[in-house]
Amino acid sequence: MCTTCGCGHGETKIEGDAHGHAHRHAGGSEHGHDHDHDHDHEHGHDHGHEHAPGCGHDHVHHHGHAHEQGDDAAHVHDHEHVLADGTVVRHSHDHGGVAVHGDHVHFGVGAAHAHAPGMSQTRMVQIEQDILAKNNQHARFNREFLAERGIFAVNLVSSPGSGKTTLLTESIQRLLPATPVTVIEGDQQTANDAERIRATGARALQINTGKGCHLDASMVERALERLQPPDKSVLFIENVGNLVCPAAFDLGEAHKVVVLSVTEGEDKPLKYPDMFKAATLMLLNKVDLLPYVSFDVAKCIEYARRVNPAIEVMQVSATKGDGMDTWLAWVRLHAVTAKHARTQPKVATAE
Amino acid sequence: MHEMSLAEGIVQIVETTARANDARAVRAVWLALGALSHVEHESLRFSFDVVKHGTVAHDARLEIEITPGRAWCMPCAESVDLARLGDACPRCGSHQLQVTQGEEMRVKEIEIA
Repeated sequence: MCTTCGCGHGETKIEGDAHGHAHRHAGGSEHGHDHDHDHDHEHGHDHGHEHAPGCGHDHVHHHGHAHEQGDDAAHVHDHEHVLADGTVVRHSHDHGGVAVHGDHVHFGVGAAHAHAPGMSQTRMVQIEQDILAKNNQHARFNREFLAERGIFAVNLVSSPGSGKTTLLTESIQRLLPATPVTVIEGDQQTANDAERIRATGARALQINTGKGCHLDASMVERALERLQPPDKSVLFIENVGNLVCPAAFDLGEAHKVVVLSVTEGEDKPLKYPDMFKAATLMLLNKVDLLPYVSFDVAKCIEYARRVNPAIEVMQVSATKGDGMDTWLAWVRLHAVTAKHARTQPKVATAE
Repeated sequence: MHEMSLAEGIVQIVETTARANDARAVRAVWLALGALSHVEHESLRFSFDVVKHGTVAHDARLEIEITPGRAWCMPCAESVDLARLGDACPRCGSHQLQVTQGEEMRVKEIEIA
């Protein structure tokens, strides 16, 4: 199950799992099956909560407004506070029937006009937590895991049918044996793609998301544990075919690469801006079919750059070989950088 | 994006905080959603109302504060307002923009009893 969005609840399967699903505890905490991580907050004892960067600590702030006598309808106050980035926020809210008159605290001053002894005051607790914080936590772990091993990881995203898997099999055949490659495959069902990858000689692990529509960082974390990619290798993560959801989920990869084929519409970047904005590189695939389709390459690139001025574009044909050298040079260059940037050199082993 | 899933995430964050602060009930939840973030607000409200049932946030109101979108325009060398991703710079019409604010989705604070 996706730890952020709950999609595919109880249905995520990772190859090799007896029954690979996350489950919830009675107390509301939940965790994945096979492991126990110190950094995972959801272990049934309260750490409090994670803070967004810049937010030092949670604090309670009381409103403590004074009121005019006779003002005993349910109170609505304007409250103003300043966020860490300087944004001033004003909002109104009801105190739930509590008023402070000088040093006298009135309870039960709502519409009922009754004083209800023991009726508690409300207080504000600041959280400032990113809704995607949990996923990002797992993503950070993955990123560190990969950095320690000098592994270059790419998150391949696209619509279904753009040619991701074929692009991968063709890439792997050209990368091996000089560059070791492992693959994490994401699909709703079947291990078809992982099997196609394995036929090239590279190790692959299939994640089936069930009803889920994207891979998330916790799934990738579990897959990495099982897969144990070798040091100084390249890891391809082939995401679920989906041009919407994967955009928002950091898996711990170095780059998202979006694959768009010329049999799709050239205005895809405008229609699905989140994905093209999240990607570093766009691979325009199946260019061997350009003579047979009315696809405007220049316009497509212009649209992509409109949504993401920094995006790189390469035109390729995985089946015919066009542009593959350029794409693989990009992969090899980043792989070499990752190798040399290895954060924690291990004890020297025979290589 | 999937608002039902986001709502579950919000309730989870709220529950954890409520527990840590010994709250009996959550009266209100404040979200900061950037104008450029990938959320449909009405759908989120609907989903939140569904997901909060049976939790400590059962009666909680959802307050959404929309933080404006801002971007750095490279030709202008200035920070500008940005209403939507893909929009041009309101000053010079260029698309060479670097978003600096407006994509966040945060649970800001909660009011507890």
